[in-house]
Amino acid sequence: MGVGISVRDLSAWFGPTQALDHINMEVLPNRATAIIGPSGCGKSTFIRCINRMHETVRDARVEGQVRIGEMDVYNGTSAVEVRRRVGMVFQKANPFPTMSIYDNVAAGLKLNGFRNRRLLDEVVERALRAAALWDEVKDVLKKKSGASLSGGQQQRLCIARALAVEPEIMLMDEPASALDPISTDKIEELIFQLKQRYTIVIVTHNMQQAARVAEHTGFFLLGKLIEFDRTEKIFTNPSDKRTEDYITGRFG
Amino acid sequence: MRNNGSYQSSRLTALRRRLSNSIATAISATMVALVLVPLLAIFGYLVIRGIGAVDWAFLTHTPKPVGEVGGGMANAIVGSGLILLIASSIGVPLGIGAGIYLAEYGRGQVASVLRFTADVLNGVPSIVMGIVAYSLVVLAQGHFSAFSGGVALGIMMIPTITRATEEVMLMVPNSVREAALGLGIARWRTTVSITLRTATAGVITGVMLAFARVAGETAPLLFTAFGNQFWNLDPNQPTAALPLQIFTYAISPFDEWHRQAWAGALVLIALIVGTVAVVRLVARRGVFQGAS
Repeated sequence: MGVGISVRDLSAWFGPTQALDHINMEVLPNRATAIIGPSGCGKSTFIRCINRMHETVRDARVEGQVRIGEMDVYNGTSAVEVRRRVGMVFQKANPFPTMSIYDNVAAGLKLNGFRNRRLLDEVVERALRAAALWDEVKDVLKKKSGASLSGGQQQRLCIARALAVEPEIMLMDEPASALDPISTDKIEELIFQLKQRYTIVIVTHNMQQAARVAEHTGFFLLGKLIEFDRTEKIFTNPSDKRTEDYITGRFG
Repeated sequence: MRNNGSYQSSRLTALRRRLSNSIATAISATMVALVLVPLLAIFGYLVIRGIGAVDWAFLTHTPKPVGEVGGGMANAIVGSGLILLIASSIGVPLGIGAGIYLAEYGRGQVASVLRFTADVLNGVPSIVMGIVAYSLVVLAQGHFSAFSGGVALGIMMIPTITRATEEVMLMVPNSVREAALGLGIARWRTTVSITLRTATAGVITGVMLAFARVAGETAPLLFTAFGNQFWNLDPNQPTAALPLQIFTYAISPFDEWHRQAWAGALVLIALIVGTVAVVRLVARRGVFQGAS
């Protein structure tokens, strides 16, 4: 079951450049929350602070508090522990190029010492089914490399790989921005399915996509969270002039 | 009229393109041939001169005393194997380890010093490596040995392997590392099981390059492994090696020994090519090709 995310006074830097400025946000469990805003506004940095991927960049720094359920992400928890509970799907599909489809999905468990083959088979099948990829790959699981799949399939493989470690939260960084409309549609359908069991935070450049999949939407501008509300409210009656300007296409 | 004209000119353009394409292809084919000529010439000449002396006895017998016909280089073949095994068990782990450090963790001064050292080490003449191993191992032990030869060749392998490992690991896209870290896989595990594994093919190429380079080295072995006319499998004793044996035989005044030197050279090249081929074949199993 998904858990909520509570962000308090979160600021982030790349070297001297501030990327996020005192963000406060409550993400509800088992909902999809969309993050929108123009390029460079801190959307990706924001979700990368939730699973501590931000700190893997050299000279990056974070201040403030993030809580996932009862877990304090930046206090008394290791980055590895956080990332096991928070799955991430990246903008560009990034399957492990030298691994088979099966090994890609099993990687998270195998490399953390999970060895039971029968259970592993089950987990891989369940994850691939959940990512709506099973029927397309079930006959070539161990024969084909993850990199031999089409772009849309690769992205679903990455979703399956993230699901296999059974996280509580899924972070998606523009998961469909490099895909054609049919693949995008499949990913969006998947998000609908997934929020039954997970809490989803999705960064998107595509406002229609935010409107279709997310209950709540946050609008970021220049590292600040300008407005955070129910999605319909953001798209029909935003409280802030800047949000309105952005969604009506006046800038960005 | 104008249509006709542009039709004409587009036919001309097409002709010109086909022509320049053929010329470019012909030039690069010639270059390939030019590169292959010395390689094939050397190998062909070796085969012509050496094949006559390569027989079962050559591969299974030790050298005969001067003046007697027959005998072989079996002890030198095995000795080379022993020395290269010692060299690889020193050079491969150190080289790969240093390469991983440079690619994944190396920052600032330490890394640039290491990189510079590796490049300088690469340029050190091989005879100097022999002197290093002589003063470090032979003098300390008080006698020549296969081990000291292995040390000399092992040190020579390090810089090639280090720089090759660093380069191919840096070619692994960062998105692959991020994917692993994002799954909650620890940093060291990501480096070993994901980044290094993705770069395996390139690392093996580097190792094989270093191996092939030192397998033919003579100078560093002159006063380390020293050579031996008899069987020796003890790493602490002077040991025969193919390049040494070839050298000794080639500068001798005896026709029989000259013949055997050619045969030795042929066998040495065949063994290097064979080793590289087998390692590549084994490494390819289980690794999916066609993906960067």
